[in-house]
Amino acid sequence: MAAVNNDLATPGSGRGLLDVYSNRFLLKLLVRKEIKVRYRGSVLGLLWSYVKPLMQFLIYFVALGIFLNLQKATPNYAIYLFSGIVLVNFFTETLGNATRSIVDNRDLIRKIYLPRELFPVSTVWVSAAHFLPQVLILVGAGLLVGWTPSVLQLLAALAAFIIVAILGTGLGLLFGAINVYFRDSENIVDMILMVVTWASPVLYLWTMARDALGGWFVLYQANPMTVAVEIFHWAFWYPTLKADQLGMAEMPPNLVGLWLPVSLLVSLAVLFAGQLVFRRLAVHFAQEL
Amino acid sequence: MTASTTVADNVAITCRNLRKIFVLRHTRSMKESIVWLLKGRKGDLSKKFDALKDVSLDVVQGETVALLGLNGSGKSTLLKLISGVLQPDGGTVQTRGRVAGLIEVGAGFHHDLSGRDNVYLNGAILGMTEKQIDTMFDSIVEFSEIGEFIDTEVKFYSSGMYLKLAFSIAVHTDPEVFLIDEILAVGDEPFQRKCIVKIKELAAAGKTLFVVSHDLDLVSTVCERGVLLEHGKVVMDGEVHSVVKELRRRSAEVV
Repeated sequence: MAAVNNDLATPGSGRGLLDVYSNRFLLKLLVRKEIKVRYRGSVLGLLWSYVKPLMQFLIYFVALGIFLNLQKATPNYAIYLFSGIVLVNFFTETLGNATRSIVDNRDLIRKIYLPRELFPVSTVWVSAAHFLPQVLILVGAGLLVGWTPSVLQLLAALAAFIIVAILGTGLGLLFGAINVYFRDSENIVDMILMVVTWASPVLYLWTMARDALGGWFVLYQANPMTVAVEIFHWAFWYPTLKADQLGMAEMPPNLVGLWLPVSLLVSLAVLFAGQLVFRRLAVHFAQEL
Repeated sequence: MTASTTVADNVAITCRNLRKIFVLRHTRSMKESIVWLLKGRKGDLSKKFDALKDVSLDVVQGETVALLGLNGSGKSTLLKLISGVLQPDGGTVQTRGRVAGLIEVGAGFHHDLSGRDNVYLNGAILGMTEKQIDTMFDSIVEFSEIGEFIDTEVKFYSSGMYLKLAFSIAVHTDPEVFLIDEILAVGDEPFQRKCIVKIKELAAAGKTLFVVSHDLDLVSTVCERGVLLEHGKVVMDGEVHSVVKELRRRSAEVV
C-alpha cells in the first residue's frame, strides 16, 4: 500500500490470499485484537487456553485410559493422548472460528472494503497463539519421561502443524464464505468438528482402525488429520518410549516418505478450492450480510 | 494505462453505465422452496430492486462533488460501488490513487480496545501503514480532543468523543480521493466547524471530494459541482447551487 498507484483501478478487486500478505500489518493488529478481546474481563485470562485442554485431556484419560484400560496396551498413554489432542484442538478452533469470522465481522465488511480473506486467516494465527502454550506443556511432560527426539522428528512435527494450518485455512475459507449465504454452514462445521476427533487416531491406536477397516483404511489415512496426528505421535510420544516398550508401538509405514507429502498436497488442494469458492462468493458479501 | 481511451488522464473516478440490482430475498428455507416448486414455480421467490440504473459519471482530480438526492435515490449505493464494498451488476467503475471513505465513521472500532489501539486498528483498516500511523498519531489525538482518555477503552467514551476520534483518524488517512457520507454532523458545533474547516483544507489541497449529505447549505459551501440522483439515475449534473435549487424544487413537489 505504500507505493502510490497512479493507474486507474477497479475498486474491490483483490488478489485473494496475496492481499493478506501485503496487509501484514493489519493482519497483525487483527490477531492482536482477537487475543486481547477473547478473554476480556476474565480473571484467568490467557490461562484458559491451558485449563480447557487440560480438562479435556483429563476426561479422556480417565474414561479411555483408566476405565477402558487403553493405557495398558499403550505405554505413556498420557503423552500419546495429549499430543493428539493439542493438534486436533488447533484444527477445531481454527475451523470453528474461521467459519464464523465473516459473519462476525459483518459491520466492517458492509462498510469498508478490505481483503476479506484477512478474517479467516487471522483466526488461524489466533489459534496458533493458543496452540503454542499447549505444545510447551507437551514438551515439558515429555522431558519428564525422557523425551529424546531426532531433528527429523521435530521437522516432521513442524510440517504436520503447517499441514493442519493449511487444511484449516482452506476449509475455513470455504465454510466461512458459504456461511454468509446459508447459516447451515455453522452447523455442518460443528458436526465436522465432532467427527474429527474420532476420525483420526487421537484417542485410540491407528492399528485398531487398520484392523477394523480393511481395504477402506486407505481412505482413513488419506485424511490429512490422521497423518498429522500420527506424525505428532511419532515426534512427541515415540521418542519417550524405552527400548523394551518400542515393540508395543507400531508406527504406520511410509509415514514421512509418502504420507506426509500426500497430505500436504491434499491440504493444498483444499486451500486452493476454498480460495476459489471464497473469491466467487466474496463479491456479494456486503449485500448478503 | 488500463483505462479506456475516452477517459482523460486527470480523472479520479470514472463510472460507465453502472447498474446495481438488489435481490430482496424473502426466504431460503427448504419448506418454502418446496411449496414454491409444488405450486409450479408460480411467482418469484425473490424480488428485485434497481438501486442504480445506467449511471455514468466522471470526476476529475481535485474536483469537489456533492451527490444529492432524496432517500432511496441510490447515493449510498453509488458510494459503496466506488469504495469497492459492492460490485456492480453492469457497467464499470474505476478509480485512480488511494480512495478512503469517511463512510460510517467508527465502523472498525472495537469497544473493548483502548483509544490508542483503535487508532492503530482503524488506521490500518483505512489503509495506513504502521509508519504513517506512528507519525500521525499525535496529530490524530490532538485533533480529536480526546487528550488523556486515549488509553481508556472506547466503550467508556461518550458518543461525541467516539465520533470525534473516528473522524480524526479518517481525515488523517490522506488518500487522493475522499468519499464522505453524511458524517459532517459529528460532535458539537465547535467540532463541526473544525471538521468543515478541515474538509475545506483538503479541498484546497487538491484532494478529490465526493460528498453525500442532506445538509444542502453545507454542501453548497464545500462543493463546486452537484450531481442529482433520482430513482437510480443522474437527472442533473452541474454547478452546485443550481442543482441544490432543482432538488429543493423537486422535493417541494413531493409534498
